[in-house]
Order: sequence, then C-alpha cells, then structure tokens
Amino acid sequence: MAFWRSKKKNDSAPDDSSDSEGSRDVAASEPADETPQVSKEVDGAAESQSPGGGLFSKMRQSLQKTRRALNTDIRDLFKSEGRLVDEDFLGELFARLIRTDMGTGPAETIRDDVAKRFRGRVVHLEEILETITQQTQLMLQQESAEIQMSESKPTVILVVGVNGSGKTTSIGKLANHLSKAGHKIVLGAGDTFRAAAVEQLTIWAGRIGCDIVTGKHEADPASVAFQTVDKAVEIGADIAIIDTAGRLQTQTNLMQELDKIRRVISKKVDDAPHEVLLVLDATAGQNAISQARGFSEAAGCTGIVLAKLDGSAKGGVVLPIREQFQLPVKFVGLGEGIDDIAQFDPAMFAKALFAQS
Amino acid sequence: MFENLSEGLQSAFKSLSGKGKLTEGNMRDGLEIVQKSLLEADVSYPVVQDFMAHVSEKALGKRVLLSLRPHEELVQIVNDELINILGPVDSSLHLKSEGPTIIMLCGLQGSGKTTTCGKLSQLLKEEGIKPMLVAADLQRPAAIEQLHVIGKQLDVPVYSEPDNKNPVKVCQNGVAKAKAEGARVVILDTAGRLAIDEELMAELQKIDKKVGPDQVYLVVDGMTGQDAVNSAGAFNESLELNGVIMTKLDGDARGGALLSVKHVTGVPIKFIGTGEHFDALEPFRPEGMASRILQMGDIVQAAREAHRIVDEAEREELEAKMASGDFTLDDFKKMMEKVAKPGLMGKMMGLMPGMGQFKDAMESEEAAGGIRQTIGAINSMTMAERKNPKVIDAQRRTRIAQGAGVQTPVVSQLIKQFEVMKPLMAGMAGKGVGDRMAMMKQLQGSGVMNDPTMSGLKTKQSTGKRLSKKEREKMKRQREKMKRQLKRNKK
Repeated sequence: MAFWRSKKKNDSAPDDSSDSEGSRDVAASEPADETPQVSKEVDGAAESQSPGGGLFSKMRQSLQKTRRALNTDIRDLFKSEGRLVDEDFLGELFARLIRTDMGTGPAETIRDDVAKRFRGRVVHLEEILETITQQTQLMLQQESAEIQMSESKPTVILVVGVNGSGKTTSIGKLANHLSKAGHKIVLGAGDTFRAAAVEQLTIWAGRIGCDIVTGKHEADPASVAFQTVDKAVEIGADIAIIDTAGRLQTQTNLMQELDKIRRVISKKVDDAPHEVLLVLDATAGQNAISQARGFSEAAGCTGIVLAKLDGSAKGGVVLPIREQFQLPVKFVGLGEGIDDIAQFDPAMFAKALFAQS
Repeated sequence: MFENLSEGLQSAFKSLSGKGKLTEGNMRDGLEIVQKSLLEADVSYPVVQDFMAHVSEKALGKRVLLSLRPHEELVQIVNDELINILGPVDSSLHLKSEGPTIIMLCGLQGSGKTTTCGKLSQLLKEEGIKPMLVAADLQRPAAIEQLHVIGKQLDVPVYSEPDNKNPVKVCQNGVAKAKAEGARVVILDTAGRLAIDEELMAELQKIDKKVGPDQVYLVVDGMTGQDAVNSAGAFNESLELNGVIMTKLDGDARGGALLSVKHVTGVPIKFIGTGEHFDALEPFRPEGMASRILQMGDIVQAAREAHRIVDEAEREELEAKMASGDFTLDDFKKMMEKVAKPGLMGKMMGLMPGMGQFKDAMESEEAAGGIRQTIGAINSMTMAERKNPKVIDAQRRTRIAQGAGVQTPVVSQLIKQFEVMKPLMAGMAGKGVGDRMAMMKQLQGSGVMNDPTMSGLKTKQSTGKRLSKKEREKMKRQREKMKRQLKRNKK
C-alpha cells in the first residue's frame, strides 16, 4: 500500500520533469561540459521534494515514462468490480508480461501461477498485482547491490558488454557515484578499438576529476588494464575501473581477449578483478540471455549494470538471467547525465515493471 | 527451448505420424510452438498476434492437415509469410541526379548510427561517390571525434562545429558546405535519443524541417526486444522514415525486432550490419532473415562465407582434385588449416540448415585441438605418404605418431577416415548446392559426420564400445551402398 500513498509525489513529478526538459534545451545551446551541472540541479530539486527518496523518485520517474509509452498496465485488465480469471484473461495477462521482455519462460511461470491460484474466480486487482510483484521480487532477491570492495586496495572493476550497450557512459556515471562516496578512482581506457572511445572516457574523467590511464589506438587492451591497476597501486587509489571494447559474445577470439585481460590484472593484484560488471541494454530482448552466458563464461561476470532504463523498455530480461546465471543486477542507468545511475532495488524494479503511474 | 522451429514442430507432431490424421487441436499445438518461437526471437507481441492470425488461417486449411509432413508444411507457411512481410527489397539509396542527396540517420543510443555512417560511406565510395559526413551528435562525449576518425580512415570529409551546440545549425551549415564543394551525398549522424523523449524528438523534427533530408533511415539494434514497436513507431511518426538499417546481426541475435519494425513502419529494410568493419554492410535479403528468425540457418550466407575464405581459383583446383580422386592428405591438410580459424567452423555450422546442433561442438576447445592434432599428424608424413596413405605400415605409423606427438591410433583413424571420405568427396564435387546438402544429410545419417569434432581421429571412443565383426560388416555394407548411390547420382 505504500505505493499508493506515494502517488501524490508522483503527481508532482511531471512538472518536475518538464522543468528539467526545459533546462536541457537551454543546455543544448551551451557547451557540453555544463550539461552535467544542469542535471545536477534538477536532481537536487527532485531530492528536496521527496526527502530521502531521490533515488526512488528518479527510478519511478523514469519508469513512469516507460509506462506512459507502453500503456502496460495489468490493472486495466480489471473492471472496478473485478474480473473473471479465464483463458482470455490469462492470455491478456501473458501479453502484458511478454512486453516486459522477460521471455516466454518466466511469463508462463507467472501466468500459470495466477491461473492456479485464481482460475474461475472474480479477482481484485490488488491480489493479482501483489502476487506478480512478489513473485518477481522473489526472483530478483539478492544480498546486496553494493560493489564488492576488496580488503586491500585497490578494488578492480572490469566492465564488459556488447557494442553500444552503454559501457563507457555507465563507467562515467559509476565512477562519479563511487567518487562521491569518497573513493579515489582510476579509470582505464581499455577500449582501444572503437574510434574515439578513449577520448570519450577522458572527457568523463575530466568531469569527475579522477585519474585516467590511456593507451594508444589499437594498443593491447590487456596492457592498458595492467597499467591502470599499476597506477592505482602507485597512487593508492581505492578503485580502478577498466573499460573494454564492445564485443559480441559469439566472437570467440575477442572473448578470449577478456580472459587475457583478467589474467594480466591478476598478475598485479592477486584476487583481481574483484568485480566484472556486464552492461546490458535495457532495450535488448532475449539475446541478453546469450550475452549473460557468453560473458559469464569468458570473463566471469559478478553483476549487471542495466543501462538505458529511462526509455520505454522495461528490462524484464534480467529475470531469466537472474534465474539461469544467478547474476545480480547492481546498478541501473537512467539517462545520459552524470548522476543518472542508481543502485538496483528489486522491490522497486518489480513494482515498476507492472505498476501504474 | 528448441534448437529451431522445425525440430520443435517435428517433435510436437511426432506422436501422430503413422497413426492418423492431424486434428485441428494438434495443429493448434503446433501453432503455439510457432508463436513461442517468434516471441523467443524478440518479435513484439502484438506483431506476433497479427502474424499468427494470418498463419493460422492457412495452417488450418485441409491441405496442411491432410499432408504427410505437416511440420514441413507449417514451417513453409511460416517462412513464406515472414518473407512476405519482410519484403519487398529495396536497397537503393535513391540518389538524386543533381545536387547533394541528404541522408539522415536516427535511432536510439548505441544502436550503431556512427558506425553505420562509416559503412554507408564505404558503400558509396565503392560506387565512386564521395560522401560528406556531418557530425550532428552533440550529446555524447567524443562523438564528433569518433566520426572524424572514421572519416580519416575512409578518406571522407567530415563537417563539424565543435563549439556549436545547435544540431540544426550544424546540419544546415554542413549541407551548405557540401553543396559548395559539390558532394553528391551528405550523411547526417544525429545523436541517439529515446523515442519517448519529446524534447529530443522535437529537435530531430526540427532538423527534418529545416534541412529537409531526402532519405531518413532508422538504425535499429538487432538485439532489440519488445520495445522495438514503440521506438520504431515513435520515430516513424515524427519523421516519416524512408528505410531501416538493422545492425549487430553478426552475433547470435535472431533479430525478430526487424519484423516488429517493419510491421509498424511499413518502410523497406535497406541494409543489415554484420560486423565492425566498414565493408560489413549487406543489402537486406528477406529469405535470409526469415531463416534467421526461425533459426533454420542461411545457406546463401554460408556459401558466401565459404567463398570469402577460399578464393575462387583455389576452390576450383580443389574441386578438380576431389572430382578426379587426386585429393591427397596434403590437400586435406590445407582445407583443415583454412577452417581451423577460431570460431569460423562454428559460424559456418550455425549458418547451415540442420547443422545448428554442431555449432557448439565445433566451437569448443576440443574441436580446435582435434584439428590441430590432425594437421600435426599430416605434417609428420612424407610427401609420398600424403599422396598415398596406403604405404603407411606399422613402422611408419609409429614414426608419424612420434613426430606429431600423438598416439598411434590417431594416425590410423585419420587414414581410415580419409579413405572413407575420399570417394564421397569425389562424388560431392561438381554438384549444385541442393545436391550437396542432400549428400551432407546422407553423410550425417551414415554416422560418418556424427562426430564433427573428428575426435574419432584422436583415439577410439572411450566408451569401450568396440564394434563386433557383424556390426563392422554392416557399416561396410552401408558405405558401399552409399558409394553406389553416389555413382548413380552422378550419372
């Protein structure tokens, strides 16, 4: 019921977002390095409106857009006095579930569960909602979304993913997030393949004000990774975050390169990398499962960053991924601004997947 | 999940074969599998529903229900319907005869717009047209630099204004410059944006209005899921798209989103991106895409891939050798070396219809090791031995095994396998693709191909399953029969 009570805050959200969009337009005609400042102000405003719920409201705000666009709402399946749970009903429910990208497996599980409990009954929406949200939340339950910090400095984080999933942007935001929490960060520009990827990360490093290690174009990414860890040890940094070039999980030789990067890093720091984060695009469909499998095998992923969750896509594919590979989602990306990252909250995510604004 | 639709249907209808007629109920089960397969391929739900309505109508007709092989009929219907929807093909860029043709690329973040800019430039350059690129992505850090690097790599001019934060102005100025310089094509690389971000969509509309591009292409990530209908719909609504380019199809994504995009926008699909290099942009083929969505392999693509690896002259030489029976272990080695590149065999197998199940086996370390061992063993033979393996006696065998660092049975297995393969290869050479596929199937059935890793070459299977004399004779008879058949086919 807490969700209902929080609805008021929701209503003020659209004004807030239109404000932010207005300021974004202004920002578009100003130099790029000012953009993060603008978005910071906007975030400040949102946080002051809902004390303690900055993250919460941001996530909801983003997912609200999703809902508006998708018009996905299990509640409109129900009439005010309840609806009979029959084949039609279950079919409609299934359609809604599929639209979250969770895949046919989990959608069938949920549908069958609803059928088992409620078939032939006239149901109230709260009951069904609660069932589905709870089940999803259970599926996504995890111990902690925190970065696993190593006992001795530095903690090494390797970031991997397919092309265009949002690795570099996620690293920028993550570095900022960790830097704000008081950690000293070193970035490693390990994407030596894509044109201007190094420059992109350098700009992020400048925004955050942290060190960055770069190699030449087409340099061996493993050597850049090694130098990054070396630098982190040298300057006593808390965390080293290493970027890698985007690669498809089917490119065997490129996947082997990830293994090499891992080995090289562990030569410098014994138990490193401590975290291998797989960046998944929230708009991705069932191929994300294959990505999770491929990258887990080659690079030993420890967690997921679900990027681009501010769009109309819901990212429901993390459900089967969680089920099959026990890979927890650690962070969610909610936009291109420097602060647009949040720690993953299964309860929030589950609610947002199915709930109405 | 099923390896592919065909197998799924086959198993669904299996219980019926030989027993009686297919009922409508059975067919509904089959259709359920089709639906599930499409959803697994990331076709959006409403599109699947629509599609299934068409297919069901046809599938429940008498002809299919009474057919001897209902699953094949059903796959055929689904396949035809897919090709029907995905077509027609139009991969022309519709360049104007006078003045610059302006092409605008748009899409979500990370869909591959900037890379596609480079690929389109390469394509135009190959036709002798020099395009100009305009860096209108002012959102992402270093996007301008990325386009400059691409421009330099391809020797194509890139227009940018690093200090101007107004993409509309940048595009206008870029087009003006292109006109002044007489460029025939201008490609606008716009910033990635969410379809639900009204401000940024309005910006895109503004560019559309002020610059008036001749062609607007939506770039879609091949891995997109259910959201494809929403984003493609929104882009189409604000921009009136002229075409779609789907990227990242070199992986194992089934690309069902393309069906959704086509369904929503109705515009032709122009190209598909199949790699990171600039020449990896192919004109769209609905047939290939349909097989891909249904996970049935793509024989045309496989053939192309094969041609890419082996050049024409070499291939002809090999085929001549195969046909004349002069095919030696040395040629065999050369062939192996060609295909032993990591990931390659797996890819080929994945593209071949019905061979999907070998993909993983071929990609494994073990397979690569097996091929290395085989090559090593051949390397340890003298030229005479390679030409005529029959001269290899026990002594020579031991020498070869020692030289290659393998056990002697590996060598004997290799020779045995080669002797079996040789006549088959002779039969295979000089035939059309269809005939070869039939032969491959025969080979598969005969058990020769059952172990694609050729681990049979290593040692005998460790299961302790030794063939009895009777079984050996039976196998021999089968082989002979196959040889006879081949000869007959040849005539």
